[in-house]
Amino acid sequence: MTTVVFLEAAADELSQQAVTFAASLGDDVQPIAFDPSEGYAPAAWAQTLVELAQQRGAGAVVAPGTDRGNEVLAHIAAKLDQPMSANCMTVTPGDPATVVRMRWGGSLLEEARVHGSPLLLSAAPHAVAAAPVSDVEVVTVSASASEADSVVRVSETIPASTAGVSLADADVVVSGGRGVGSAEGFAIIEELAALLGGAVGCSRAVTSAGWRPHSDQVGQTGTKVSPEIYIACGISGATQHMAGCKGAKRLLAINPDGEASIFASADYAVIGDLHEVVPAISSEIRKVRG
Amino acid sequence: MNILVCVKRVPLTGGKITLTEDERAIQTRHLGFTVSPHEECAAEEAIRLVEQHGGESVVLTLGPAEAEEQLRDMMAIGIDRGIHLVTDGGEWDPQATTSAIVDAIRADGAQFDLILFGNESADAGNYQVPVRVAYALGHPVINGIKGIAVDGDTIRCEREVAGGRDVYAAPLPAVVSVLEGINLPRYPSVPGRMRAKRKPLVSSEPARPGARLEMVRLRLPEGSTKQAEVLGNGPEAAPRVVEILTEIGVM
Repeated sequence: MTTVVFLEAAADELSQQAVTFAASLGDDVQPIAFDPSEGYAPAAWAQTLVELAQQRGAGAVVAPGTDRGNEVLAHIAAKLDQPMSANCMTVTPGDPATVVRMRWGGSLLEEARVHGSPLLLSAAPHAVAAAPVSDVEVVTVSASASEADSVVRVSETIPASTAGVSLADADVVVSGGRGVGSAEGFAIIEELAALLGGAVGCSRAVTSAGWRPHSDQVGQTGTKVSPEIYIACGISGATQHMAGCKGAKRLLAINPDGEASIFASADYAVIGDLHEVVPAISSEIRKVRG
Repeated sequence: MNILVCVKRVPLTGGKITLTEDERAIQTRHLGFTVSPHEECAAEEAIRLVEQHGGESVVLTLGPAEAEEQLRDMMAIGIDRGIHLVTDGGEWDPQATTSAIVDAIRADGAQFDLILFGNESADAGNYQVPVRVAYALGHPVINGIKGIAVDGDTIRCEREVAGGRDVYAAPLPAVVSVLEGINLPRYPSVPGRMRAKRKPLVSSEPARPGARLEMVRLRLPEGSTKQAEVLGNGPEAAPRVVEILTEIGVM
């Protein structure tokens, strides 16, 4: 048997993790990538993968648990009318196969039985190590699809403005929650982020209140960050928020409530009012730097 | 234009998730409920599009009797009417959910030009119901959208990707799933809540087919609790914080 793996690109880390995940099924792994000149068209790409899987008698099709990975897999599932399991941590082959998959952005895990064939699974990001894809042969294909499958495709890409440090890539994120109290209150958060060359983040309560744009929101329905340090100021630690910052190497929480649930996920704690603590940190940084 | 928006009732989980004794659900005894965040934005987008182009907005949910609360919430911010597919509260897998939604769309008198979803539900996160519904109806589907413009019989959508925004277009009728951030949903007003009580709501009880993605049990991820090192109380902690920032090399 063969397991077909959809790669977003041969060098893409999450795609390489999908290869590792696919190998756990114990069958031959066949990674497939689309020609880089090929414009993204999810239905057309899915159709090509369906045909390749059928030609090779694949027992499973695996994709990375990314926007495009889950989307292409959903198209395959709809075309074949088979079940699909998104964001799997582990899979145990069998009839039925069993998977452990992420719910709530990873705050909860689900054990499920999958009644279908081929198995359609996406690999949860960062659940397993990336496999060196150079060791296996990546087959590069072009989509050969019907007109109907080509209706929805990327017609153009508008480049992003490149001002400031990107939240997703920042080494330091200073993030404010409801405790900041107002849009103006973010001045001290911005000051500390600027001193550390970092980005400003916020919780969902803050964007819902209109204090910051959604592009600053860290969380399950916002940006996922992975800085060296995440400084959470006046954030209580709702699962919605923690799903976005659990990739941080270290977490410093500043909160006046010593019982706040954020402290259960923090490496460092300062018990206090962010309106006093954050300016004190900024002025200490200036002092140390002379 | 006529727009259907599909939403899901989910618990407001707060800081810590606790499971029921049978480990098949979240313990919600002390929790409030809401509409999944992406879907709340889908409802807001439906209201704005109808304000702009005319027509009717309809909200649909598959969920327990209590999910009427979420339908009324969406009608309170401006959705015109509701469809409630009432369940006994148990899990419906994505394929079962799809067939119930598709049956309800076919049974409804309206011809929907646009069917909006959230990209994925906050709880199950299956990432597939919008695509399955689109295939069942023979409509094009565009996912993960943060910008919509309708021009005649065409919908133009923008999706954030690394380095920019991808642009898609499709003929209507179409299925589109959106992401939070596409808009900032309005809050319901008191008169809005009063009006919502009188808006039409039809309910039915679809039969649940067997699950092909069958949930067996839930569990919390291991090792998710840490013992934080307390650096101090109030502003006096600042020198110790800066020591830590220096140690980890971000100064």
